[in-house]
Amino acid sequence: MDGINVVELVVVLTLFLIVTVMGFAAARWRRAESLMHLDEWGLGGRSFGSWITWFLLGGDLYTAYTFVAVPALMFGAGAVGFFAVPYTVVIYPLVFLVVIRLWSVSHVRGFVTPADFVRSRFDSPTMALLVAITGIVATMPYIALQLVGISAVLKSMGFSGEGLSGELPLIIAFLVLALYTYNSGLRAPALIAFVKDTLIYLTIIVAIIVIPAKLGGWAEIFNAAEEKFSAGGGAGVTLPVTGQLGYATLALGSALALFLYPHSITGVLAASNRDVLKRNMSALPVYSLALAFIALLGYMAIAAGTTPIGGDSNTIVPELFQEMFPSWFAGIAFAAIAIGALVPAAIMSIAAANLFTRNIYKEYLKKDATPHQEAQVAKVVSLVVKFGAVAAILFIDPQFSIDLQLIGGVIILQTLPAVALGLYTRWFHRGGLIAGWVAGMVAGLVMLYNIPRLGPGGEVVREHFGGSSFALAKLGLDVESSVYTGFLALLVNLLVAVLFTVLFRAMKMDEGVDGTADSDYTAEREDPTFRELPDPLESAPPGPPGEPSARR
Amino acid sequence: MRSDRSPWNWLLLIPIVVPLIVPLYNEEEPSLFGWPLFYWLQVAFVGLGVLVTVIVYRATRRNRTDRAAARDAIARDQER
Repeated sequence: MDGINVVELVVVLTLFLIVTVMGFAAARWRRAESLMHLDEWGLGGRSFGSWITWFLLGGDLYTAYTFVAVPALMFGAGAVGFFAVPYTVVIYPLVFLVVIRLWSVSHVRGFVTPADFVRSRFDSPTMALLVAITGIVATMPYIALQLVGISAVLKSMGFSGEGLSGELPLIIAFLVLALYTYNSGLRAPALIAFVKDTLIYLTIIVAIIVIPAKLGGWAEIFNAAEEKFSAGGGAGVTLPVTGQLGYATLALGSALALFLYPHSITGVLAASNRDVLKRNMSALPVYSLALAFIALLGYMAIAAGTTPIGGDSNTIVPELFQEMFPSWFAGIAFAAIAIGALVPAAIMSIAAANLFTRNIYKEYLKKDATPHQEAQVAKVVSLVVKFGAVAAILFIDPQFSIDLQLIGGVIILQTLPAVALGLYTRWFHRGGLIAGWVAGMVAGLVMLYNIPRLGPGGEVVREHFGGSSFALAKLGLDVESSVYTGFLALLVNLLVAVLFTVLFRAMKMDEGVDGTADSDYTAEREDPTFRELPDPLESAPPGPPGEPSARR
Repeated sequence: MRSDRSPWNWLLLIPIVVPLIVPLYNEEEPSLFGWPLFYWLQVAFVGLGVLVTVIVYRATRRNRTDRAAARDAIARDQER
């Protein structure tokens, strides 16, 4: 136990223990339904009210990795890292009207995953399979990255051991997580999100009061960053003119992608009615405000002269806390990051398990699966997914997960025409959607493959998959600007989808039958068509699409 | 049939478009409390987003009876 900060360890362990107990207790709460009427908290019922939705979605969307990686980016690359702020500002007005339509149609038709919706709307099991596979592939590295957050904290606390003993705390943390999600389903992360956010907000408030005071004020912090990033003719704390387009498209592209991720949709569907979602679109930006301050921790680290452990820039925030806070409070901050990783990881694994079970297993592998078998498969898959994530971090270079997550954002965007536009129009032909998806995927992957990573002096450090900003000059355009790859790939996707839709329609190819009705998209809680969705992993899914069975 | 169309929804375009016009805030001056314009203005956009979504929510909210019906439905399902 050499070099391990005992005070920090005790604080982190205590908080972790509390969270573990809560995770398991979440299942009991459900059994004592009539006793525990938590009303607004909605835990007694099967769906979540405004407050719990706020915590759940907040914990789901603003992950531990975000809290570690965004300041790391600010620390290493400067102003461009601040894209996280416009990204999380534009997202809510952007999806304000979209998520409520998704909520309504899902609750009328019993959809649990985005692929369920696509299958029914476009009558296309193939497009649904593509959406499911895209969702799973994009989510897996995201889960693995949550572990990067935990391991950054562990490194700061002094767990620098090589091999199994060094990684043991990480394995234990995820084992506990796996067991209580298995046990309590979505209820566990919903409860834990409350603790996580309380700790995160506490940490941030203390950080923005204490750290600037210690460093001589905000002006000093920005001056230090200015000095670092204007060295060698850089643009200082603003963006270079050539970086502006890339900044805006990265923010917009990321915003478009976020609510396509299956775990976001799982969070949205758990809301108890449309008003809860609308209110949350106004309340969730509180997290964006927090994220802005978290991003600036990267500049604080520059001003404080913090150095990352072993060149791993993800350790910059824990190291800064280590220097600035007394051990007991650093322990609280570390627990916030570690627990913050558990919430999204739990929801992501549930979402991935649902996609596999409903859209791959039931659709292609075992068509006559009983509800019991289905629930069992979902539970097992949620475990497999988590252990896969742990294995990915332990046995493969974490850089691989970071690269995959970069790709994940680009590929999940390719489901936008079917999932998001599909909520508004059935104009696209199912064949056109498939063609668009293929074109967008190929374009996105080819572009990512051709992006080199440049070192500080402009030399090529790595030839391929070096980032997500694609130089327009490579397309033969005479400009120095770059654009977010996902954005370009989406344009290709849309263009091809439109062309092939027109083509297939001219060829009079069968368009299938829409399994949804126009009135489904505006259905409200009190309507007779409304039905509760099965609790992920816990109960049987509803009947096949197209048979609206009111609950009573 | 219900509709979720409303002219108020057009307001939502403001907080989508404005934060993406980078030249608007890609400057250091005027600074505020030591924060360069680039940073404080983008943080201020968070407020813009909240303001607009609150306005649209309130303006397009259903009438009292309908909202009560939704609340009753939730209560009914919870007692089940």
